[in-house]
Formats: sequence, structure tokens, C-alpha cells
Amino acid sequence: MTVNPSGWKPAAPIAAASDAATVTGNRALMLEEPLIFEIGDNDSTGVDFEPQALAAQRLAGLERRAPINLPGLSEPQTVRHYTRLSRQNYAIDLGLFPLGSCTMKHNPRLNEKLARLPGFADIHPLQPKETVQGALELINSLAFWLIDLTGMHGVAMSPKAGAHGELCGILCIRAALEARGDARSVVLVPESAHGTNPATAAFAGYKVEDIPATKEGRVDLAALKLRLGPDVAAVMITNPNTCGLFEPEMKAISDAVHAVGGFVYCDGANFNAIVGKVRPGDLGIDAMHINLHKTFSTPHGGGGPGSGPVVLSEALSPYGPLPYTARTKDGVVHLVEEEDADEFSRAHFGGRLRSFGRMVAFHGQMGMFTRALSYILSHGADGLRQVAEDSVLNANYVLRSLEDVLDAPFAFSGPCMHEAIFSDKGFAEGFSTIDVAKALIDEGFHPMTMYFPLVVHGAMLVEPTETESKASLDQFIVALRSIAERARAGDQALKAAPIHAPRRRLDETLAARQPILSYKHPVPEGAESGAAAGIGGG
Amino acid sequence: MRYLPLSDDDRSAMLARIGAGSVDELFRDVPAEARLSGPIEGLPLHASEMAVERQLAAMARKNMVAGEVPFFLGCGAYRHHVPASVDHLIQRGEFLTAYTPYQPEIAQGTLQVLFEFQTQVARLLGCEVANASMYDGSTACWEAIGMARRITRRKRAIISSGLHPHYVAVCRTMAKFTGDTLDLALPELAAATDAERLIASIDKEVSCVVVQYPDILGRIADLAPIAEAAHAHGALLVAVVTEPVALGLIKSPGEMGADIVVGEGQSIGVGLQFGGPYVGLFACREKHVRQMPGRLAGETVDAEGKRGFVLTLSTREQHIRREKATSNICTNSGLCALAFSIHMTLLGEKGLRRLAEINHARAVEVAERLAAIPGVELVNESFFNEFTLKLPIEARPAVHAMVEKRVLGGVSLGRLYPGEAALANGLVIAVTETVSNADVDALEAALREIVR
Repeated sequence: MTVNPSGWKPAAPIAAASDAATVTGNRALMLEEPLIFEIGDNDSTGVDFEPQALAAQRLAGLERRAPINLPGLSEPQTVRHYTRLSRQNYAIDLGLFPLGSCTMKHNPRLNEKLARLPGFADIHPLQPKETVQGALELINSLAFWLIDLTGMHGVAMSPKAGAHGELCGILCIRAALEARGDARSVVLVPESAHGTNPATAAFAGYKVEDIPATKEGRVDLAALKLRLGPDVAAVMITNPNTCGLFEPEMKAISDAVHAVGGFVYCDGANFNAIVGKVRPGDLGIDAMHINLHKTFSTPHGGGGPGSGPVVLSEALSPYGPLPYTARTKDGVVHLVEEEDADEFSRAHFGGRLRSFGRMVAFHGQMGMFTRALSYILSHGADGLRQVAEDSVLNANYVLRSLEDVLDAPFAFSGPCMHEAIFSDKGFAEGFSTIDVAKALIDEGFHPMTMYFPLVVHGAMLVEPTETESKASLDQFIVALRSIAERARAGDQALKAAPIHAPRRRLDETLAARQPILSYKHPVPEGAESGAAAGIGGG
Repeated sequence: MRYLPLSDDDRSAMLARIGAGSVDELFRDVPAEARLSGPIEGLPLHASEMAVERQLAAMARKNMVAGEVPFFLGCGAYRHHVPASVDHLIQRGEFLTAYTPYQPEIAQGTLQVLFEFQTQVARLLGCEVANASMYDGSTACWEAIGMARRITRRKRAIISSGLHPHYVAVCRTMAKFTGDTLDLALPELAAATDAERLIASIDKEVSCVVVQYPDILGRIADLAPIAEAAHAHGALLVAVVTEPVALGLIKSPGEMGADIVVGEGQSIGVGLQFGGPYVGLFACREKHVRQMPGRLAGETVDAEGKRGFVLTLSTREQHIRREKATSNICTNSGLCALAFSIHMTLLGEKGLRRLAEINHARAVEVAERLAAIPGVELVNESFFNEFTLKLPIEARPAVHAMVEKRVLGGVSLGRLYPGEAALANGLVIAVTETVSNADVDALEAALREIVR
């Protein structure tokens, strides 16, 4: 995740020298592409159908009469439209994508292939269970791995993304507290947390309070202990935290929270740094979501779909959502739904299973489960451990190669985990993180996460991931060193960056002040304002 | 390990630059007692592509593939033909391996797609604006109720008995934590929907009425009278569409006065995939856009005055607003939205209409044939591509008996409403363009034999 609060706004259009030479506005392989609403029309289609006699309609007299105005294109036009658009995107397949807290690692294509096996891709979520045993086995296998890798007790597989998983964890905590008749009102969240943490806690009906941090960028245990009390339902901690540091006192934090009857939620966004090295269950954590789209490399797809299973401690396991996956004493992992929840509870939980309910229709992100399991099996226990080690090694290499030109606020306290954090301290007056980020674009890199976490001024959070080679890191380091030096020197040219991207800096203020959220066909000249302008006709 | 590029020489050189003697030194913040000394015991070690493929393919083979048998399941997930070019295009690395478009200068591809998607969805659902997608239909439905609460500042929602029971379950879970009251009822195996009950229940305390269209039994009812009644009391109408192909043939909810229209977009471009990932659709009136959850792409200009797109109105969202956000949603369903948008572009107005006509015509044919089986009644008077039969026996065992004959013959209401005797004989059958005449023959023969 990242934030772009630049507030940047153009004073006047800059002279467009770069495309003055062409009639079309295209520049060789950089091709402009209109909207489908400008090139398609209501009568074009790229799909042929089988002949079908039309019967009498049974539509309750609600037949559509007005056109929808959905433009169609033939297949070649469609393929070209989307291919051209795709080329205006940066992607991991093109280069380093060091977006902190997002774990933009290589997406193995084996995973894509296996997710498309008809036995996984072409089965319906409500098929009778005897016809989907392989799918349930796959979910169970992944659940088994997630439980073992985290040293936890159960796992809720259905949450659709990280924030959805957070909600699942907090709802489990609330359900467990209610079950013992212990209404609590406060959730403690560090200031450095992802915005989803406080949003989630507030949604679940809790008052959110900050946890103080030390100058080393860690949770201040002494201050936390002072705040803990019978009103605290949970503490939400990100570990490794968003400054890229491991919380060395994690076990002591958990013990302190448990001592006052609260629960510990861990944001698992940074699990990549410790997978196979440390088990959150050994640190006293009660619930943690795992972003399959980060640690286990299911593709981000330009903003989803994600997948956020939540591993649960023994204390929280009985409260997880349906459908629910848990391992019983005999070592078998079960997928439990409404229809068999009671029976399962009696057989294996002494009737204690008290699910807080359902969070989604169906079973969760099956397509992501397949990819994640393929990733996990490919790496194995040894490979996953190597993932953590190489991701941490790569981040520390970046940190130590740049700390003389970029302020690294926590470097004094030791190594970082899988992401290195820098601030904008030392830049010339008027220069900020956004200028560095946009200059990186011109150098062929995706920028790092900017201005997050909020606790570091002008934060730059760099997460290279383990799938970057040393050569790739060296090139990035050379580029970022040069840009950092220019920012320190106050090189005005940085302010114009990017100049080589498909677009120059975009006016976000204009977009928010006068929102244009869907395409409106232009009114032809001379037509009265408000007259329909032949929409969809193209 | 094929995915890890560092060599041992690289690692040594990098450790030297860092000034650490070993990788373990980098983990020194992790307390020694919590540190694992080697790969977790009992778990397998790394494996070749071939070995992984063999293992997963063995699991895949244990499933009955929808495309290989007569298949008639719906109830919120539908099997439609997806043109080959859709899957090809969404696998382009520039779409597949991009992140959320936070750096718009190098994400115009994703942003323009989202802008086009928003426009297609808004027009299809009959609304002014749509967002860049939600997780799925069920979570979009819950978010709509939350949005109605924020707009009306009321906390009672009336839920139609025709709403998908999984969607109802999601809303019940969430309402427990937000303090919303939900008026709920079970559907009846009858031709009429519960529109009258809904209208009679609306009062000044109600935030919204939630109606699925077509509903869980496949029935279609005019939403206009419900919208009118809701508006007369200052409440909103939330319409839920789980089969968007229907809107190629029937009026959109927005046209009939719905204020918020949400839906499951899986039908268009996204395969069945055992329930996910899918793509939630969310549309509303322009005046309510600042209360809408989820990401939004908007048009703007760059420094040279060229048209471009950015994520916008993010002051509604959690990364800015933290605990005051409209929702905790962070991810959308970008790649599925792309698949939806490409498929919709291939169809266009003409193709969508034709697809909808074929679905409806085939469903009418099949309904008439099945209703002719002695003892089997067609519950619906109206439907699009999905209808409910009342069998002379419980539908749940009938579905299992059909599996024995290698027919996936619909969804039993016993599965969706466990323990509800009045619904136990209900069987919901979906018929799409993918169903062949031979499939229909097989379904009819199987059902005829089972109910005899």
C-alpha cells in the first residue's frame, strides 16, 4: 500500500515538445489509446452465437426498451485496445517494484497454469461435496501449511483480502469476549499501522487508541503496559512492523495483553520476512491474517483480487467464520459449513464451536488458494525459509548501500527486516519524497511506498523482495543514489519528472474537486445543452 | 530454487557490504528461543514444476468438472462461455503483475480500464456512477446497507426473502457488530415475491429495502412500486443483481428507481472457480458518491494537458481517514473487473442482448419440459435463466441421486436453507447458453426417474 497526498497541481500546461513531431500523438511503441466509448458502438460485437429459436418471454412485462449504450468491438479491435492499454502499465514482469509493505515478488506462471485446470477453474461452489473432494483437499492442504508455518491452531480461509482478514480476526476476538460475557471497548493500534487496522477496529465497534513508539521505531512496552487494562479488547500489532523492524519484545507484549484478558492481533502483511524463520504462534499471537497475494505470490492484478486467510490460536479457533477449516486431534483438516457445523462441533469441540457467522458467499478465493499452494509446494519448507532470508538480505543490502545519501532513521539500531525505510531529511528546501519517486519512474523503476508509515517524515519504504537479483538491486541503488544526490542539491529538473512516462504528473486535485467518474458523450456543437448526444453511437 | 536468483557468491558479497557475518545476524532482533533452527520439520522440501503439477493435477481430477457433464447450477454463480481472448488478455504481465495504480503516470492501463469498467457497470445497472469493484456480490450487498445507514442516519433495513441466503448470512454477521436491525423472512415456494410485505413494512425508521432481482428462486418483480414506497418514507432501495446477463433483456434496477445497485459480476468474464475470486459491482446516484465505499478511478489531465486517469475521492478511504473511513476495504477485484470489462466490450450492446435472449429462450424451453414431468411443478410465473421446481420429494437427495447419473442437476433449497422443511422440495435450475440439447435430455431423464 502507499499514499499519494502530493496535492500537486499544474500551473499551466507545459509545452509539449516531446510529442510535437508526430501527427497521431503516438511515439513509436508508445501508443495512445482512446476509450471504448469513443471507438465502439451498440451494433458491433466480437462474439458469435449458436442459432436459437426465441420462445415466448416470461419476463413479467419488464422487457428492457431503452438501450443500455454498451459499446462493442470486434475481437481484433478488442485485443488491440487492451494490449495497447497494458503497455501503459508498469509491472513486476518489467522490472523492480519495491513497494514497501506490498511484497511485489515474481508471480510464477506454473501457478497460473494450475489455477486454470478445469478441475479447479470449472467447478461450482454449490456442487454436492462428493463432486468436489479434490477442491476441498486443496483447501485443506493449504490450510495445513498455513497452520504449520505459523504455529497456530485453526485457520479461517474465506476472507477475501487482507483488510477482510483483519475484520475476521477482530470479529473472532469480539465473539470470544462476548462468549465470556466480557464487553470491552478499546483496541490499541500503533500510529505506524496500516490505515486498515483502525478502520477495521472502528467497524467492529471499538474505540481506537494509539500505542506509543520508542525512538528506535518499536512498540514502547512500558507505555503499553501502563495503558493495558480490563477495557482493552485487543492490541493490533504489525510484526515485522511498518518501519521494517522486528518487534523484539513481541512475546512480552503478548504476555502483558493476555495477563489483562485481551487478545493480540497481528497484521501479517510483512510475514514474508519471517516465513519459515519464526512462528507467530510461538510469540503468543491469537490471530493473524496472511496476504496470499503478498507472501505467497498470488498476482496483484492491478489491485486485486487478494486473499486473506486468518490463522487463529486455540482460544479463538471456536469462533471463526463459516465455512471454517480446522485440524482435529486425529490430524485431519475439516471444512465445515452451516449444514454440518453443529455435528462437527459436538464431535470435535465438545459443542464449543460458536462461529460468529459467514463473511462471504461461498468458500473464499479458491483461485488464489490454488496459486498459493502451488507456490508453497514449489518452495517447500526449505525454500520458504530461504525466501525470508533472501528478502531480508536484499533489504539490508539496499539500506547499507544508500544510508550515506538518504537519511535512514532506524539504521542506527541495527539491521532491518525485508524492507528498508528512509526519510526526506537532508533534501534541499522544497524537495520531497514525491520528487524522488517520480524521478525513479524516469529511470525505469516503480517507486517505493511514499509517505507511509506516517511516523517517518517523507517516508520512503523500499521492499525489494527475494526475487530480485543482485544485478537488479545494484542498478536500482545506482539510480536512487544519483536521484538522492540531486534532491540534496536541489536540482530543479527533478520537479518535472516523470518526463518519459506515458503521462506527466497528473492533476489529482482537479480529479477530486470535479469528479468525472464515468464517460459522458460530448454534446455535439450547436446541440442544446442537456440534449441526448447519441450516446453509444460512437 | 528456481524462483530465487541470488547465488551463494552474491550472498557473501552482499553480507560483506552490509558488514554482517551471516544472514542469521540480520535476524538478531528475533529472540533466539523463537528462532527456528532449520526448515520446519515434517513439511516437504522444495519441488520441481513437474512434481507440483502432478500433485495438484491429481487433486483436480477428483472433482466433477462442470463442462464435462450436464450442468444446471446457479444461485449466485453462473457458467457462461467466456471468449478465449479474455483469459489471454488478463494474463498479460502488465495487467497481471501490476499493483494498485497509486503511481498514475505508469498505471494508465489499469486506470483507463477501471474508468471504462465503471462506465459499463453504471450503464448496465442503470445508475449514474459505479466504483472500481468490490470483493464480491455478498460483501457489496452488505456495504450497500452500511452506505444506506450513513445516508439516511437510520439503522433498520428490510431484507427481501428473495435475497440469496449467503448474502443474508453475511449481512447478519456484520449487522451484529454495527447495530443495524435487519427484518428478515424466508422465501415461499410461490410465484409471487414478497414485494407486498416489503412495501407494508416500510416506515420512517427504515434505512433501506434490499431486493434481489431476479431473486434467489429466479422470480422477476417490478421494483418501481417498492422504490416509490421507500422514497415516500425517506428510505433507499438497494437492488442486488447476481446474474447481470439478465439486464441485457430486462429493465435495470436503476431505471425502476433503485438508489444503490450492487451485484455479482462473475457471470461476465469470470469463471466459476469454486466461488472465487469474483467481482462485486457497486453503483449509485452521483449525489451519494462521497458515501460510496471502495476505489474510484476518475478523469483528469496531466502537466501537458493530456487526458489521464487517477484514483480519486480517496478521502473516503481507510488509508487517509483511518478509523473514520466509509469502509475498511482496501483491495478491489481488479483483474476480475478487467475480465468483466473485456468480455463486455466483446459482447457490446448487441451481443449482450443476444446472449440474454438465448439464455431466456433456453430456460423457458427447459422449464416447460421439466414441468411436464408428473409430480414436478414449476414455481415461477416469471424468470430469466433460472427457475425453481417443486419436486414431489426432497430435492437434496434428488440432487445426490442425479450425481450418481453424472448430472449436476441444480441447487437444492435444502442445501441453502438447511432444516427448513417448507423449502426442502425446492430445486433451483439455471440454464445458460452452455447447455446443450443432450444435457437437457439427460437432466429430464434423470429427474423423471428419480421422482417416479
